[in-house]
Parts: sequence; structure tokens; C-alpha cells
Amino acid sequence: MSATSTTILNLPDQTTAAIPKKNYISSEHGLLSWLLTGDHKRIAMLYLISITFFFFIGGAFAGLIRLELLTPQPDLVASDTYNKFFTMHGIIMVFLFLVPSVPATLGNFLIPIMLGARDLAFPKINLLSWYLYLAGGTLTLAALVLGGVDTGWTFTTPLSTHYLNTHVVTTASAIFVAGFSSIFTGLNFIVTIHRMRCPGMTWFRMPLFVWSHYAASILMVLGTPVLAISLTLVGLERLVGIGVFDPTKGGDPLLFQHLFWFYSHPAVYIMILPGMGVISEVVSTFSRKRVFGYTAVAFSSVAIALFGFFVWEHHMFIMGVSNYSALVFSLLSMLVAVPSAIKIFNWSFTLQKGSITFETPMLYAFGFMGLFTIGGLTGIFLAALGMDIQLTETYFIVAHFHFVMVGGMLMAFLSGVHFWWPKMTGRMYPESLSKLAAVVTFIGFILTFMPQFIVGYLGMPRRYHAYPPEYQVLNVLSTAGATVLGVGYMLPILYLAWSLKYGAIAGNNPWQATGLEWQIQSPPLTENFTEIPVMDHEAYDYEWLEHKTQNEVTTVG
Amino acid sequence: MDNSIVTTEPLMPRETAVHEEHEHVFIPQHRHHFETEEQQREAGSFGMWLFLLTEIMFFGGLFFAYLLYRNWYYDAFVPASNFLSVTLGGTNTAILITSGFFMALAVWAAEVRKKQFLVIALILTTLFGLAFISIKYVEWHDEWVHRHVPGASFDISEFVSPKAHGITDQKPISPDMAEHCQIFFFLYFAMTGMHALHMIIGIGLLVWLILRAQRGDFSAGYVAPIENFGLYWHFVDIVWLFLFPLLYLINRHPLK
Repeated sequence: MSATSTTILNLPDQTTAAIPKKNYISSEHGLLSWLLTGDHKRIAMLYLISITFFFFIGGAFAGLIRLELLTPQPDLVASDTYNKFFTMHGIIMVFLFLVPSVPATLGNFLIPIMLGARDLAFPKINLLSWYLYLAGGTLTLAALVLGGVDTGWTFTTPLSTHYLNTHVVTTASAIFVAGFSSIFTGLNFIVTIHRMRCPGMTWFRMPLFVWSHYAASILMVLGTPVLAISLTLVGLERLVGIGVFDPTKGGDPLLFQHLFWFYSHPAVYIMILPGMGVISEVVSTFSRKRVFGYTAVAFSSVAIALFGFFVWEHHMFIMGVSNYSALVFSLLSMLVAVPSAIKIFNWSFTLQKGSITFETPMLYAFGFMGLFTIGGLTGIFLAALGMDIQLTETYFIVAHFHFVMVGGMLMAFLSGVHFWWPKMTGRMYPESLSKLAAVVTFIGFILTFMPQFIVGYLGMPRRYHAYPPEYQVLNVLSTAGATVLGVGYMLPILYLAWSLKYGAIAGNNPWQATGLEWQIQSPPLTENFTEIPVMDHEAYDYEWLEHKTQNEVTTVG
Repeated sequence: MDNSIVTTEPLMPRETAVHEEHEHVFIPQHRHHFETEEQQREAGSFGMWLFLLTEIMFFGGLFFAYLLYRNWYYDAFVPASNFLSVTLGGTNTAILITSGFFMALAVWAAEVRKKQFLVIALILTTLFGLAFISIKYVEWHDEWVHRHVPGASFDISEFVSPKAHGITDQKPISPDMAEHCQIFFFLYFAMTGMHALHMIIGIGLLVWLILRAQRGDFSAGYVAPIENFGLYWHFVDIVWLFLFPLLYLINRHPLK
């Protein structure tokens, strides 16, 4: 590899290379060996398939929403159907895609390997969490097929408890069940990280991917039960009709908001933190440098998790909360920007003077860094009380949220999938096509959501299916962008599926990365390691890798 | 098939337990992915503590709602609370503490490998748990008879005109305020119901543990299920120790 090389991709000689005969995919055969597995890697693949399925259902609803908004008139669907569309889009994307996306797939697959363990601490609970996820997903689909639900993903009371005659209880129980799936994943990760590290794997030798999952797991374990109880109360209120949230009986709708956002604000950190872990790994690998300020990045994850619990009221500034508490929550919300900025700055410094190459995962990671920064900074607008009153419930919020969640998290997810795909399957995807997908996704994204900032700032409210004609240009741009974005998301599905059979053999360490997962065969053995490794160096130690490969005779096949 | 789920066996036997240098303890319940038995035991109990943490957050939402409304509608919560029977509630508290005592004995019995003692302690734990549920049922039935169950059949007349119902020691409250008694009773049923649900799940698990203890599963140094269940059972006790004063003892002077 010379200093001028444009890629670090290092595939074995394809004429002699072969997938290792013994690996976690080939170790057993038959559907039951998958459905009853305790192997974290197989469960990760099951999750990957199921969340992809739900992603495309959620995406279809996004497409329908954009199609309706192509024209100012309500012409595609009736208004209550439109309400059901955006509710389904939100519920599926938030609870069935974003929350489990990186942790349940990549995290599940990689955390035990990164820690030098044979499996997560509780393999059966891990499998149980997948079945709970499926049960939640099935209930959601049931609510959809039976006629849908139109509360919005936020279940705002008393709208959801008294004024709607749709499948609120079914959907609430779906989310209740899916919530326990997320609790069990988080619980499993925390115990694994505390108790299953291999000899020499100190806390500050763990990859940052593990740190960010640790922080996200704390949020899952502490936040999700509160969502469970608030949805239980919504369900009981609908079924029995007692006024815990009903003002006519002395109940307080704001109580629901407090309980709901106590989970649902930390939930956005559950969604983004694992993505930040992916970016740390990718940026380090493709700059050939240790992550700058490792300790700061590690602690900033935990700081985001802690601060994340004390900002929920910023969703309620216009709901008649006390001005003084609004002031405090406004300040606290702005404080979350500090650890987030620490991460962005440290990744930028990691790039500085690094030997940067532009493989597909890195392109997605650059997409993340740019789009997340925009999303994060507009979050500060919204944390400011005056701005929030002007901008809340407009498309500005929609754009902000999608910049963080789609521009941030989805980019990170795709970056991670492309980064670890060779490890998970043993095969490489077509490189130029995947780079094209990354660029198309980025362009489509900007085109979809940048106009929404403007149209929101001009005053177009969210969740309406008609709008004044002067907003049409921006909405047409947005819908056009959504089409491009759709192509960007279809491409990976196609070439990743293609690569399963026809992709080049990837070898153990195609990216020449330092993580423990890259030192074992791809796809890994069921028990990950033939013998438990001893960690004798820090994470991202490229000198160690160089010494290791120097003394090593590489045999392939 | 190394780490598949064997549904009939709760923990998979595995031959290759890593032995301590000085002590050759063979525990068939050792799982392959743990390096040592100590690691397995620690992971299990740590996982249980984390699970209890999620339970605290779950009940926390209800406690939060209760404290909020207790603060807002104190005048309604006092007479509503006074309808609950401190005698029954107090008895139940004693029963639950006794049940917890036998659970603690069971953990000890498992640790010192006294099989018969363990089985008896677990059975006593179960019996006292069942006694608690029975008394709770009597209380709920009383509230049903007095039409204090929230919903369509809820009746405020006992709170508005207690004298007409032969209740002499309660001051009447306005109908507006009396409506808020319904919120008290809703939270009362939600909290005690959620607690009772945890008790019933616990009793189910106890039956399973008794069967396994009888079989001798916990008499050879493998005590993790007993210990972890003990944590759960004590947690359920503690929830009640908070529920009892909050729900039963508001503004009782003197206790009656």
C-alpha cells in the first residue's frame, strides 16, 4: 500500500479464496436452527431482516405522504386517511426501525466479539427480545390492517383517549411489547459489557462503538418502562374511562406529556448514540488514526445519556408549562449540544492529517457528520424558547427531526452495514455501485428535507394534508427529493442481496481495521473465538496491527 | 448444536466447566459462553438488579401520577383513602414481610445446601403470598360492593353525604371534589393491581422453583435462580411497603 493509494481495501486473491467452511451460518441448517438459535450473530441477522422489512413499510407511508403533499389540494386521500399515514409512518419508523436499528443488528452482532466474549450474557433473553419485537410488529400491522390509527406517534391525550375511534389500544400494546424487546436488549448489553470483557479489555480499551451502546442501553433500561406505564394508562383510560388524563374529570393531559416525553426524548438518544458509535469506528478506520480524544468521546456518550433525561419538557413549551421550568429546560436542552459537539469536533480532528480514503462506509459517515451537524444546530434553535414558540408544530420540526434521525441515524446505520457487511457475510458488495448509492442518498436527502426547513420557517404546519398554494414549489422539491432518496435506499437492498451469492470473498480484514472483530475469520465461528483473546493494546492501535501483520503468514481459504 | 435454545431444560448442561485450580466443583448448569461459574453467577444477579431497576421506573410513573394528584386533590384523597381498611392492609403488610422472611431463609437454605429446608421455606413463601392475594381480593370485593370501582358504576354519594350511608366519622365533601375520588380509586386499583400481578407471576415462578428444588437442582451449589428470584420477591415486597402508607395512611388521626 503506497502513500498515494486511494483505497485501503485489501481483498484476498479471488482465484484461491473461499468462505471458511465452518462458520456461524453453515454450522447448522434448517429454519428451526435459526428460529431457536441463541447465537447473537444469528439473532442479529434475524433482526436485520425484520427491521429492513419494517423500514420499507414505513418508507412506503413516507412516499404516500410526500405524494399527497405534491399539490396544495387534498386530492390523493381523505384527511383522516392522511392522519393514519403519518401516524403509521412515525410509529413504524421510530419504534420498529430506529430504536432497534443499530443496537439490535450491528450491536448484537459485534458487541460480544468486540469484547472478546463468546456471546451476550443472556442468549435466550436476546432471542426473546427478537420475538417480542416480532409480536410488537405484528400487532402494529394488525392495527394497520384493521383500519389504522390516527393519533400521531405521540398518542397525545385527550385526543387519543376520548376523541378518536381508531385502533389506539392495539397500537399502544404493540409499542408496549416492542418496548420490552428494547429493554431486554439494553439489559443484555449492560450486563455483557460489565461482566463479559476478555482479559486485558479494560473500560478504556473498549471500542467507542461499545461505549456508545453502553450509554444507549442505560437509556433503554431506564426510559422504556416509563413509556410502558404511560401507554398502559392511555389504554386503561380508553377502556375503563377513568380520568387520569381527562381534564373533565380532574385529570391532567400534561401528565401524559411528561410521562411520554420522559421516555421519548431520551429515545432519540437511544436512536442516535449507537449510530455515533458506528461513526467512531468508521472514521478511525478510514483515516488510519486513533480516534482523537478517545476518553472525551467515550464520556460524551455517557454525558448525552445523562443530560438526555433532563430535557424532555422542551417538547411542551407551548403546552402551558411554567415559564420558570421552561427556562431551565431550555438551558438544559442547549447543554446537550456540548457533548454532541465534542463528538463532531473529535471526529474532525481524527480526520486531520489522517490518511483518508473514501470507501462507501466513509462516504456515509461524511454524510452523517454534515447532516447531523445541521440537525443538531437547528435543535439549538428549537431549544431557544422564543424560536420554539414560532417554529414548533411546523415543518421546521419535521426537517430538524429528519436531519438527525434520517440524515444522522440512517446514514450511520447504512455506514455500519456497509462497513461490517464483509464480516457478517464474508462477501464484498460492488464498490462503485455502493458509492453511487451513498451519494444518491445524500443528494436525495438534502433535496427532501432542506426545503422543509424553509417551508416550516415560513409557517407551514406539520400533519396537514393541504396547504396554501404559495408553498407548492418547496413541497414539489421535497417530493422530488423523496423519490431520489427512495432510489438511494433501494440500491443497497439490491446489491447487498446480490453480493450474498456473487460478491467477492472479503477475507478476514478487508479494511485493515484494528478491532477484535477483524482479527477473526469472516463470517465468524459460532463461538467467535477458538480461544478467548487477551487484549494487550488500546483500541485503534494501528502500529499494533502493522506489527501483527508483519509477523504473520497470511493463508486464505 | 452449541448454543441453541433447549426449551425443556432451563439451563443447558455442559461438560466443559472451567475448574478452579484448587477446587473441582462440577456444575452442570454452567453455560458454555461464560468463562467461569462465578462470571455466570455475577452476570445473572447483575441482570436481575437491572431488571428491577426497570421495574422501579415502571412503578415510578404510577407513583409520580399518584403524588401529583394527591397534591392537587388532597381533600378528595383523604376521605377516599379513609374507606380503605387499615386492618386488612396492615395484616397484609405483616403477611408480606413474613413471606419475604421465608424467602430469605430459602436463599440461605440453598446456599448451605439443605434441600428439605429449602423446599419448606419456598412453600411457606408461596402460602403467605397466596394469603396476601386472598386478603387483597377481599378488599377489592368490598370496594366493588361500595361502588368504588372507577368507571361507569362509580358512585360518589358516600363521599358527598356520608351520614346518609351511616358513616359518622367522615366530613362530607362537595360533588365536584368527590369526582376526584375516582382518580384516587383508579390509581389505587392500578397500583395494587400491578403489584398483585407481580405477586401472581412470582407465585407461578415459586411453584416452578419448588418443583426444581424438590428434584434437587439447587442442592449442589447452583443457587442462582433462588437468589435472583429472592431479589425479585423482595422487590415486590418493597413496592408494597411504599404503597401501603401512601394509599392507606393519608391523614389518619388516630389510626383506625
